[in-house]
Amino acid sequence: MTLFPRLQLNGITKTYPGVVANSGISLTVQPGEIHAVLGENGAGKSTLMKIIYGAAKPDAGSMMIDGASALPANPQEARALGISMVFQHFSLFDTLTVAENVWLGLSRSESLATVSKRVADTAQAYGLDIDPARPVHSLSVGQMQRVEIIRALLTNPKILILDEPTSVLTPQAVDKLFVVLRQLAAQGCSILYISHKLHEIRSLCTACTVLRGGKVTGVCSPAEESNASLSRLMIGSEPPALMRRFTKPGAQVLSVKNLKLPREDQFGVDLDGISLQVCSGEVVGIAGVSGNGQKELMLALSGENSRAPVGSIHINTSPSYVDVSSSGPIERRKLGLHFVPEERLGRGAVPSHSLCRNMLLTRHESLSLPWLAGGWIHTRGLAAQAQKIISRFGVKARGPEALAKSLSGGNLQKFIMGREIDAAPRLLIVSQPTWGVDVGAAAQIRGELLKLAETGCAVLVVSEELDELFEICSRLYVLAKGQLSPSLPRDQASSELVGQWMSGLWDSAVHPEKSIA
Amino acid sequence: MIKLVARPEPSKFWTYASPVLALAVTVVIGVLLFMALGKDPVKGLSVFFWEPIKSASALSELMVKATPLLIIALGLAVCFRSNVWNIGAEGQFVMGAIAAGGVALLAEKTTGPWIIPAILLAGVLGGMAWGGITALLRDRFNANEILVSLMLVYVADMLLSYLVFGPWKDPNGYNFPQTKTFEAVTQIPRLMTGSRVNVGIVLAALGVVALWLFLFRTYAGFKQEVSGLAPAAARYAGFSSRRALWVALLVSGGAAGLAGALEVAGPIGQLTPYVSAGYGFAAIIVAFVGRLHPVGVVFSAVLMSMFYIGGELAQSRLGLPKSLTGVFQGLLLFSLLACDTLMAYQLVWHKKLEFLPSPVTKGVH
Repeated sequence: MTLFPRLQLNGITKTYPGVVANSGISLTVQPGEIHAVLGENGAGKSTLMKIIYGAAKPDAGSMMIDGASALPANPQEARALGISMVFQHFSLFDTLTVAENVWLGLSRSESLATVSKRVADTAQAYGLDIDPARPVHSLSVGQMQRVEIIRALLTNPKILILDEPTSVLTPQAVDKLFVVLRQLAAQGCSILYISHKLHEIRSLCTACTVLRGGKVTGVCSPAEESNASLSRLMIGSEPPALMRRFTKPGAQVLSVKNLKLPREDQFGVDLDGISLQVCSGEVVGIAGVSGNGQKELMLALSGENSRAPVGSIHINTSPSYVDVSSSGPIERRKLGLHFVPEERLGRGAVPSHSLCRNMLLTRHESLSLPWLAGGWIHTRGLAAQAQKIISRFGVKARGPEALAKSLSGGNLQKFIMGREIDAAPRLLIVSQPTWGVDVGAAAQIRGELLKLAETGCAVLVVSEELDELFEICSRLYVLAKGQLSPSLPRDQASSELVGQWMSGLWDSAVHPEKSIA
Repeated sequence: MIKLVARPEPSKFWTYASPVLALAVTVVIGVLLFMALGKDPVKGLSVFFWEPIKSASALSELMVKATPLLIIALGLAVCFRSNVWNIGAEGQFVMGAIAAGGVALLAEKTTGPWIIPAILLAGVLGGMAWGGITALLRDRFNANEILVSLMLVYVADMLLSYLVFGPWKDPNGYNFPQTKTFEAVTQIPRLMTGSRVNVGIVLAALGVVALWLFLFRTYAGFKQEVSGLAPAAARYAGFSSRRALWVALLVSGGAAGLAGALEVAGPIGQLTPYVSAGYGFAAIIVAFVGRLHPVGVVFSAVLMSMFYIGGELAQSRLGLPKSLTGVFQGLLLFSLLACDTLMAYQLVWHKKLEFLPSPVTKGVH
């Protein structure tokens, strides 16, 4: 046995223009340890991993592997040192098979046949069920992740880095992944596990380093900590608890009946007979792993894709229902339907425009003289309007003239959310409201959604984070392979049941009440 | 060691300083160029930068050349801001000239002054139609507008040649490929006697104001720009990308066509195979050097016009080829592209990267 830790970092510092990403970070990982690196978005986790993986150079600091000084200059060197990384975003070619994708990353001396065999052997050894001959586009996201893990394992790594591996997985797939990771660790491989999901870290990891603002704020044994103590280390305080009051839902606002929509592009998803209702005063969730039709459903509901069959989407404008299936976003907004997309930069906001001008994407209060080239822009009114949202929602920005791209993800999301909430919508549809948003801002955004529902707005939230949906929704649906499950009341939903539904298995439970009983 | 370090956000200072620095670099390279050619660099530079502005008559010639460049570049600014890459303004200019020339040829000695607006309108429509072909092919068949608009330049040139060598050739013109000189009534009104500056410059100035208001104060201008900057945001907001495409190509085509009409019914006074001195292509440089900004374009149009006049003077005074104009235009564009790096990056004098020595301690942990 070696006396040295597998990986040791000392005083790693890395500065980018305007930000200190890492400041004097030290980290020690023992052989066979599953070591969590916990921190909010922007805490410096990714930068640190890039340094370990040789994709970024530190300004200062040292790194040792098994007691020998090593600072890989590039990922090739890192791999030679026994470091492998599985990224959050997969780098697989859709049109190639599993084995061909793995082959691309290996030296050319091996034939495809031997690579196929090695893939199959590794898959079997770790219970990673995958067929090397399958084309990647036919795989589920969980399976694609397995391909990435197999690719990493083929290099016989001493250190395996996993970046937010569960963000794309169903609860059941997460359990499977954990089995594999524990098996790897038992064989002596050290695992660096990057996440901000506290319960996962507590159940999986044996050690944990917490980062905040580029600095280490704690090293602990996660099993002995509580969610609250970990999140105190991570954000410096506990997020405020949400006040969730269930008011009796009012009149139906959105009604989708048997919405069928063929995919727009080759790797999209067909929407297959989707039916859902949202009433005023309720928050309804759509759970499911991304890539199961969320994008397509949102485009159809927002009006960005207006090719939905006539009669499939109605908005209740009491007393009558208006068929909006083929109307565009502007007409739907006039009926009170506002939408917050998951991509903030480039879709929810124009990156190189000021916050003021970004108001104009969905708000027309500061326009007059509509006959004059679409309307005359009142710059002062626009600035006041933007300032109001900045103040009311606590957006950290230099002012209404700040460019959208100068804001952090969380602040821009608060601004976009504020812009749509401020419009006093009758129906707000939000996609991934807290994706990449820090814990404090996420709590605020969820609170705003609940407040909005209390004022009588109908709210529909699409999210990958089950915890989030459980926290704010009174009902939820599950989207799987382009089909939508029956409605499931919050008090009957458990992560096991929803996880099962995420795989499309709700037919056995047409009456959700009975399946719970 | 000098290092380029990314700025957290683009520098406002360099947005404006970069074109000035680019001009300075162009001048320096110009000096070296004159020296390499064995000419006095001071004389060479004065031909380009002093002669065109030293007298009232020189200035008026400068304005005459700057007007078409400015009008075309204003239209292109709309186009490029919408992310529509119309590089066929030259062809739209020629089609505008043909349409305007066709109307001018109809005029007789007794025709009233109403013919002038008719000529200008014909020019605008000619340019619009030519830009519209590109828009149609892009809209209907998703054809690349860069290729289509460029290829249509040569079609327009061929059409012009056909007309002036064939049906529109002046029967009393000793077989020269040109139309008859237009009637005096078609002459675009001049602003003052003794100068070739005409009302075109007034139209260009109005265009500057109109473009500024359109881009920064109207909703239509906002929509147009969003469709170029962030297509997904435009789709989210419900702005039509097809509309933006058509507006971009019709506006820039119309502007180029207007410039063509002003040119044939103004300084030239007839159709020849050479109605354009490459204005349509030079205006692309004008638009970018002017930062696609209505006011910036004014400065760059004047600068580019200096290069045109300087090139002609260099031919007569220094015995250098006229293509020096193109050399200077190209130098300026390349210098600008290089200087623009400073908007997103800053130069830093860097000492050697400091790494703490790795503590290779053997023993206890």
